[in-house]
Amino acid sequence: MSDIIIWTVASLTVLGLLLAVILYYVAQKFKVEENPKIGEVDSVLPQANCGGCGFAGCHAFAESCVKQGSLEGHFCTVGGNAVMKLVAEKMGVEAVEQAPQVAVVRCQGSPDKRKKTNDYGGASSCKVKASLYTGDTGCKYGCLGEGDCVDACNFDAIHMNPQTGLPEVTEENCTACGACVKACPLDIIELRNKGPKGRRVYVACKNEDKGGVARKACSIACIGCGLCEKACKFGAITIVNNLAYVDFNKCKLCRQCVVVCPTGAMTAVNFPTPLPKKKETKKAPKASEITKPVVPPINDAAKTEAAKPIAVKSNIATDNSAKVQAKKELKTEKKVEE
Amino acid sequence: MKTFNIGGAHPNDNKISKDAAIEDFPIVKKAYIPMAQHIGAPAKPIVAVGDYVKVGQKIAEAGGFISANIHSSVSGKVLAIKPVADLAGRPVNTIIVNVEGDEWLDSIDRSPEINSNITLSGKEIIDKVKECGVVGMGGASFPTNVKLSPPPGNKAEFLLINCAECEPYLTSDYRLMLEQPEQIFVGAAVIMKALNVDVCKIGVEENKPDAIAKLQSFESKYTGIKVVPLKKKYPQGGEKQLIQAMTGRYVGSGKLPISVGAVVQNCATAIAVYEAVQKNKPLFEGVITVTGDCLPVQKNLKLRVGTPMNEIMDYIGGVPEEAVKLISGGPMMGKAIANLNAPTVKASSAILALTADQTLRKEESNCIRCGKCIDACPMGLEPYLLIRYTKRNNLEELENNDVFDCIECGCCLYTCPANIPLLDYIRVGKADVMGVIRGRAAAKRAAAQNKPENNKKEK
Amino acid sequence: MKKLLVSPAPHIHSANTTSRMMLDVVIALIPAMIVSVLAYGLPALTVLLVSVVSCVLFEYLIQRFILKTKVTINDWSAAVTGVLLALNLPACSPWWMILIGAIVAIGITKMTFGGLGQNIFNPALVARVLLLISFPAIMTNYTGPDAVPLTSMFASLAHVDATSGATALSAVTEGLSQGQTIQQIFPEGHNYLSMLFFGIGGSAGEMSALALLIGFVYLLVRKVIRPHIPIAVIASMFVVSGIFWLIDPSQYTDPLFNILTGGALLGAIYMATDYVTSPMEPKGMVIFGIGIGVLTMFIRYFGAYPEGMSFAILLMNAVVPLINKFVKAKRFSKEAK
Repeated sequence: MSDIIIWTVASLTVLGLLLAVILYYVAQKFKVEENPKIGEVDSVLPQANCGGCGFAGCHAFAESCVKQGSLEGHFCTVGGNAVMKLVAEKMGVEAVEQAPQVAVVRCQGSPDKRKKTNDYGGASSCKVKASLYTGDTGCKYGCLGEGDCVDACNFDAIHMNPQTGLPEVTEENCTACGACVKACPLDIIELRNKGPKGRRVYVACKNEDKGGVARKACSIACIGCGLCEKACKFGAITIVNNLAYVDFNKCKLCRQCVVVCPTGAMTAVNFPTPLPKKKETKKAPKASEITKPVVPPINDAAKTEAAKPIAVKSNIATDNSAKVQAKKELKTEKKVEE
Repeated sequence: MKTFNIGGAHPNDNKISKDAAIEDFPIVKKAYIPMAQHIGAPAKPIVAVGDYVKVGQKIAEAGGFISANIHSSVSGKVLAIKPVADLAGRPVNTIIVNVEGDEWLDSIDRSPEINSNITLSGKEIIDKVKECGVVGMGGASFPTNVKLSPPPGNKAEFLLINCAECEPYLTSDYRLMLEQPEQIFVGAAVIMKALNVDVCKIGVEENKPDAIAKLQSFESKYTGIKVVPLKKKYPQGGEKQLIQAMTGRYVGSGKLPISVGAVVQNCATAIAVYEAVQKNKPLFEGVITVTGDCLPVQKNLKLRVGTPMNEIMDYIGGVPEEAVKLISGGPMMGKAIANLNAPTVKASSAILALTADQTLRKEESNCIRCGKCIDACPMGLEPYLLIRYTKRNNLEELENNDVFDCIECGCCLYTCPANIPLLDYIRVGKADVMGVIRGRAAAKRAAAQNKPENNKKEK
Repeated sequence: MKKLLVSPAPHIHSANTTSRMMLDVVIALIPAMIVSVLAYGLPALTVLLVSVVSCVLFEYLIQRFILKTKVTINDWSAAVTGVLLALNLPACSPWWMILIGAIVAIGITKMTFGGLGQNIFNPALVARVLLLISFPAIMTNYTGPDAVPLTSMFASLAHVDATSGATALSAVTEGLSQGQTIQQIFPEGHNYLSMLFFGIGGSAGEMSALALLIGFVYLLVRKVIRPHIPIAVIASMFVVSGIFWLIDPSQYTDPLFNILTGGALLGAIYMATDYVTSPMEPKGMVIFGIGIGVLTMFIRYFGAYPEGMSFAILLMNAVVPLINKFVKAKRFSKEAK
């Protein structure tokens, strides 16, 4: 009996040693020579391998940074400024900083605002639906609601709201990797600056039809009336093809555009207190095309005067704690009156 | 009996409208004539708002080499030239004519006698066909004059007339075969002269025995034209399948039928060629089948291009309550109508009404790898694999698996027991791959042009 | 204007559904089920019921509570696995053994790989093989077909000791290992006709070749399976067996015997043709079938186990993805010159 045990142990030991030696030599012979710095940089990256940086995974990003020798044109949106600082340290270069960004869904056309004109019965994919026709509503630029963006997200940061049929971004999880932006066949999702305290103002619409047509299809569409462009003192808003656009680099978050927007397409997010709306002036588009009044009957100039100081205040980055508290309760703010 | 060898499906042919003789649809009050009714560049309007136009008058010029002229189908004043939504809701530049009377151009020969004396030369025929704006009436709307002018290095050996009408429910071609058989023959003879071939075969599916008999009665009068009965199998009317069944030749991947010496024309196109060349009549009207089990009547209507489809439905009594889907075309490859106000175009073939039972898709379940999609594909592709690559956006593998051979016939989705939307995704994948291939070809052309300057090798 | 339904073409669909095809398989197995109940009586019925119920139940529980996905027991695939498992087990199998088999078939072989359509190995076969290796005594104890008087006369026709619990194949293995020749094991030869109708002892599904063939015809008519795999399996078994039998009839059983015994027909017609685990194209199917046939005969002749079909099928299941990748059907573009 003991003979067997001795032979077993001996033969396995010899086999093990032999294999270890072979493996060692093979590992040495076929070793891939690589700049050790690449490994160092790779180790501080988030390892999400999401492709948001434009490279094929974190290792490829590290390789490109080290080969280039600088961080020009390289930014990891998932890790953000914190990770880029570490990368810069490892490489011994200046840190690169970028304003954090977040994905923004530029459509608010839920079924109550944007009536369905037909029923879609094909595969549940926005790409298929977009290639088939102009959608099941009167607006051919609006969200198709099949959730390609949700499928594309690796960070659990975007979900369809079953009531509105629109995607909603979970800001804490969004890494601005751009996967949902690429997935949307109608380019409805955009990466915009997160803004101080997560506050931003943008046009939640992509409709380029003339005002009347747009409004008929969706009550919260941008009609290209231009009131916001005139109201903006900072030149941040441009109207192209009947659609307004807010340049997030120029926007100072004063929200005057939100105040004057007749349809509610202009959206301000994460502000603690809503601004009162201005009365709809005669400069608004043809009355025949507006189906219902959107704005509450506001009385006088006094109120608009009062509006100004608040607007100025929210500009300032240092807000008192009360406002911070209020911000936590109010997630978003819609400009259609309650 | 001849048939194609690879794949195929057997939907019920449901030719419930086959006894509806072709009747004229009353002329509309306003005609909406789109500028994009054919493959290629849209036509450019040559009339202005306020102009008075006659029936058959040219109102738009071909917008490029692959394009077609468009002629007015009504007489009246041009009301507007503006974008109008097509059946998918997409805006298409359209000439809207306010109809006044029914005044035709004097040059059009409206006599009912068959003119079988072909006096024009081959080249003149092609020019006449081009002038009259004749496009393929089988659905693809390819400009016929381009098809009749083979690219250099290619020679036509035979002409095939596609009378298969393999789509269920459709009977417009069948009625044309019964009511205008000689026009098909003369049209075929005209095309044969243009192509300089002396062999022509007319392929008809076996489920139309009376049409076969009717056509065969003219074989003795017109030399070189033979009627070939074909087994009933979908998609027998597909160009490549038709060529393979009738000649035994396989058209290669990415190649045109002319590469095997064949030119295929739909029978309605043959009639349009006859009318253009022998009767001086441009293409501005066609026959469409209005059918569906839930419709109170079945019709084959001869109507002018630019007829709004909702008026057609009103004519037959309105859209029935049970009809959930209206299709422009057949149930396998037709387009579901999203905008019923859209007008008919030259190649419109049918309006089909389907009920919920007939068309509502069942719930999708897991692929059980039964292989029925592979058996059904007439191009021998593997749909289960193509959908997987499309979903993962693997364009390389899609190309390696010949996705661009897909003729979008729908056999795969039709047979899949798990109700997987195979063709929906494959279509999208195919479009993506075609984009890449075109980009590659364009880059190659650009590189070839830049060659003397720099020797950079493109992908 | 009413809202129209818009979807991409095609707008109609054939009547094929997964559940209908699975149901057809169950229907095709009804003759075999009837035969097994006639032969073994109530125990066989119990095995069938316990197997089907437990397979369906486990699939429901796993989908509902563990995976929390849509419950798909109405596609009949769990029921098919249940029936096939039951027909692979001896009639006297205890209920707990069947439960273990069901858990292995559904839970391990099917669900862990991703559910219907994703498994690499045939669930019923994996369960059978696992039970065979874990409980060899029970699995090889086949109470002979004398439970019902109707059947005992057939058993005597087949010249097998009906009560010993051995199948014809295990009798061969044992006999050969004891140095007997085939002629000595079966001194009176075989009555093939009775084997065709109501054969020798075996698992519940191996009994009647005729019942299985009736089911085969039904499946072909309903276009549920194609004949390529069963014909390839049987033909290759016949050929391999024939070659060896011609060389030495005293050591090797003859081809007809091999086809009619053991799980040959059951395996070839119902187990090897399982969609999920077999190749998708005709050429691949033939290669698959030949592989199974050859392997089965080799295991029977040279392996330690009397029955080789289950192992052969499982081994070939592993090769199927490779076959699917390299063996393609006729492609239109490749036919062009």
